Amino acid sequence: MDLLSHVGTTFVLTLRDVAPIVLILVVFQFAVLRKKPPHLGRIVGGFVYVLIGLTLFLVGLEQALFPIGETMARQLTDPLFIGEGAVLDLIDWRDYGWVYAFAFAIGFSTAIAEPSLIAVSVKAEQISGGTVRASGLRIAVALGVAVGVALGTFRIVTGTPLHWYISAAYVVVIAQTLRTPRAIIPLAYDSGGVSTSTVTVPIITALGLGLATSIPGRSPLLDGFGMIAFACLFPMISVMGYSQLTVFLARFKKPVSTPKEVT
Amino acid sequence: MSSFLLRFLGLIRDAVRDLLPIVLVIGFFQVAVIQQPFPNLVETAIGLIMVILGLALFVQGLEQGLFPIGETMANAFARKGSLSALLAFAFCLGFGTTAAEPALIAVAGEAADVAAMAKVIDADDASRDAYAMGLRITVALSVGAALVLGVFRILKGWPVHVLIIGGYIVVVVLTFFAPPEIIGIAYDSGGVTTSTITVPLVTALGVGLASVIKGRNPMVDGFGLIAFASLTPMIFVMFYGMLF
Repeated sequence: MDLLSHVGTTFVLTLRDVAPIVLILVVFQFAVLRKKPPHLGRIVGGFVYVLIGLTLFLVGLEQALFPIGETMARQLTDPLFIGEGAVLDLIDWRDYGWVYAFAFAIGFSTAIAEPSLIAVSVKAEQISGGTVRASGLRIAVALGVAVGVALGTFRIVTGTPLHWYISAAYVVVIAQTLRTPRAIIPLAYDSGGVSTSTVTVPIITALGLGLATSIPGRSPLLDGFGMIAFACLFPMISVMGYSQLTVFLARFKKPVSTPKEVT
Repeated sequence: MSSFLLRFLGLIRDAVRDLLPIVLVIGFFQVAVIQQPFPNLVETAIGLIMVILGLALFVQGLEQGLFPIGETMANAFARKGSLSALLAFAFCLGFGTTAAEPALIAVAGEAADVAAMAKVIDADDASRDAYAMGLRITVALSVGAALVLGVFRILKGWPVHVLIIGGYIVVVVLTFFAPPEIIGIAYDSGGVTTSTITVPLVTALGVGLASVIKGRNPMVDGFGLIAFASLTPMIFVMFYGMLF
């Protein structure tokens, strides 16, 4: 019964999130464009699917994954787990190996399940006529999120300023932009923003806050932020890197002329 | 009807595949690293089934509702030829969807706590709420502005990287002038603005526009709207931090 009422509440909340979007669409469609869109019934049906789908998705996440993920983030960052009761004032970044490993793994796996990333990669595959594979794009983005989140935990552990990392990553993005096929650049830039959403944000926020709370000298309010920024920035690098690698391998492969080569 | 069922089964299979990594990661860390048994196995299993069903339904709705309406409207706006109507739509879509975004509401609340701790604002509830509300409006305005700029770029065919790199330079310069406690929030605010429903709509709008307008390539010109929507909040929030 508890679960049912939870589904009900989440449905109302999702409805409230969707309402302004639907309102804007309806106002512009009927007051400005003054035309009924084709297959209106089908589209309305699609919105109903989205509404029910998101509700089930969110309730399920809160029921199954978030509690464990958040507890895990707290347990892994617990000083007792890390230092086995050692002196807390001496923090060595090397003691946090499992934290980085968890950050990497959870960053990768949450990005793979992120619905907005699925949407963009499906669209990219359609538009590119299959040259950009949806699965390849998603794996590249997920690797970027994984590296970003792992580096984000490293930053909190070492207490180094956020803007150093961000500025350095910008330099890498700019340098890559000059060398990446032009058709990939907008997609690569978009992939940063889509990778942090429903699934990723709660778990990596819990990880950042857990770390910043458990490490002496870090403030959860000041150092807990920044994880999302990392998770947003690194997919751009990994997607452009993936495309550069494809171009590079294609150039490398040409003279060999063995079509069935497996890399 | 049976083809629909078959399609839905395919979607379920995809959803299972998409969720497998998380289940494996959490399972591995729970059993092998933290070495604790799973709490509430039954509830977790029910939750997972709901997540899988939900993801499959969402993807179905995406291709049946969100993508088509975004493309149809992009098409209709291009045919109508009214620039102001299109830009107004872009602004409303950005502002309206962001102002109500739950992730942003959460971040704005935390940001108000930071500001109160840093003694930028008074520590009472009223000034905290006002600060959080101001921040939400700021971010929503910035996303509205981003979509206007992004749509305008598609029409003009400007290269996306010039604008984004220009934006990065602004971000880095502002970082030196913005109060340090706002910087982390500003950087994070870029990532929380684009929700699961907004992304497909905005993507379909951009790609739709670039497909209809002559001389534009949907791949080169259609993407990039989300990139603007994740960049401008950083700039606007740092300005907000400098003003208050």
